[in-house]
Amino acid sequence: MTNEEIKEYISSLAPAASFDETGEWLNVTVEPAQLKPTMAALRTGKMQMNYLFCLTCVDFKTHLTMVYHLSATTHRQSIVIKANLNREQAVIETVCDIWRTAEFLEREVFEMFGVDFTNHPDLRKLILEDDFKGYPLRKDFEDPINMIKL
Amino acid sequence: MYNQTEIIKDTSELGAEGELVINMGPQHPATHGVLHLVVTLNGETIKKIEPHLGYIHRSIEKMCESLTYRQFIYVTSRMDYLSSHINNLGCALLVEKGMAIEVPDRAKYVRVILSELTRIASHELWLGAMAMDLGAFTPFFYAFREREMITDIMEDTCGARLTMNYIVPGGLMYDIHPDFQKKVKAFITQFKSKVNEYEDLVTNNVIFQSRTKGVGILSAEDAISYGCTGPVARASGVSCDIRKIYPYEVYDKVEFEEVLETAGDSFARYMVRVKEMNQSIRIIEQLIDNIPEGDFVGKTKNVLKLPKGEFYTRVETARGELGVFVVSEGGTTPHRIKFRSPGFSNLSVLNHIAAGSKIGDLMASMGTLDLVIPDIDR
Repeated sequence: MTNEEIKEYISSLAPAASFDETGEWLNVTVEPAQLKPTMAALRTGKMQMNYLFCLTCVDFKTHLTMVYHLSATTHRQSIVIKANLNREQAVIETVCDIWRTAEFLEREVFEMFGVDFTNHPDLRKLILEDDFKGYPLRKDFEDPINMIKL
Repeated sequence: MYNQTEIIKDTSELGAEGELVINMGPQHPATHGVLHLVVTLNGETIKKIEPHLGYIHRSIEKMCESLTYRQFIYVTSRMDYLSSHINNLGCALLVEKGMAIEVPDRAKYVRVILSELTRIASHELWLGAMAMDLGAFTPFFYAFREREMITDIMEDTCGARLTMNYIVPGGLMYDIHPDFQKKVKAFITQFKSKVNEYEDLVTNNVIFQSRTKGVGILSAEDAISYGCTGPVARASGVSCDIRKIYPYEVYDKVEFEEVLETAGDSFARYMVRVKEMNQSIRIIEQLIDNIPEGDFVGKTKNVLKLPKGEFYTRVETARGELGVFVVSEGGTTPHRIKFRSPGFSNLSVLNHIAAGSKIGDLMASMGTLDLVIPDIDR
């Protein structure tokens, strides 16, 4: 599918989606509430995006952005889906029932960025200690002892 | 990470008849690192495996945010320390792609040869350690005999035997050692004459086969859903070799096969790695005599600044697909860097493939996933 066809297809799924073609792949920004249905349609619909190869979050100081890199093992086309979240109340629905790799990746984002994934089956800290305070990969995180500053 | 008091609390709260929670690790000889698995057992049958990570979490991603594009490459050697050249290559490729830096052919050839040598060294270590986990001690010495030759080549080339740093944005740090080609050829001759010994010792061994065949079966569909890559996914018949699908450097100029197996069990994963070593030798043979003369590093600015935007590159490490995702604000340091490490995704499948099997089979399932803990924790 060409980028134009994908844009048309995603617009039919999520009318509020905005597109950015400056990068290597097509970037689609959707509303957080629209993310789950869009993702489910991309997985099962005509795109058949069965491979979620990267899931992460970026702190832009004004907001958090969830970044999902999707690809398919059949046609090998990649697209990037993004959703902007409020820093104070970062909530988004999980995608781990669509791609099971998301279960661990979302747990990592949960502890590092403080994003709450609704309907996640097992949302606990994975890497940090249970009593760790704060979200280390956010830009305003300050660790009084171990902070790296150059 | 798991709290010690909670483990005890969990055990008493479970209460189900005959269920037992045991801690495997963080110090366990078969995990080859500090991996902590909380295994729920019913008799000898595994009910559930919960990995607890973070014992060697060094916050590499956060650290990289305050390092420049020349500096952050060195940290990545400490992620998957058995694929350090390939990790460095992934980061160098990202900077080169972002800044459109020309890399001389000589550097490209040497980079691929080093990547393949690294892959063989990694698979050799895995072969020895994995056989040892299953109770065969001898293959360890055989594997390390050949691996030693590679570490010697690495020492000549870049001064280190482990956590090598040689690949920089634009090419190589300095030119190859005058004996490089001679030593690599000596290694190829040695490896080819000895590789049959692995087949005799391990592959055709009845005990090894009966301990690995049909153990830890992973279907192709699940491998994709769990994001498995590398030999783990290829043993299930998923074609995922980055060197074939998205060729980088000179991989599109050399002939080699992507090794695929269909059984998806531990033995298939073993076979993929052994066959991959032969393919790596094939790649090195095609390149070693044809290293072009010329510069070993392209022209770069002293201060590297990536343009504003997002960049993603991927390389095939010994464990699978390593993705480097950088968000740049146009400065000298990345705004955010994410390493999509192959080990992290491969570990997440452990509960799926080992639940329902016997505790003794866990060694085979886990061993053939080829986990490197620093790669998972980062």
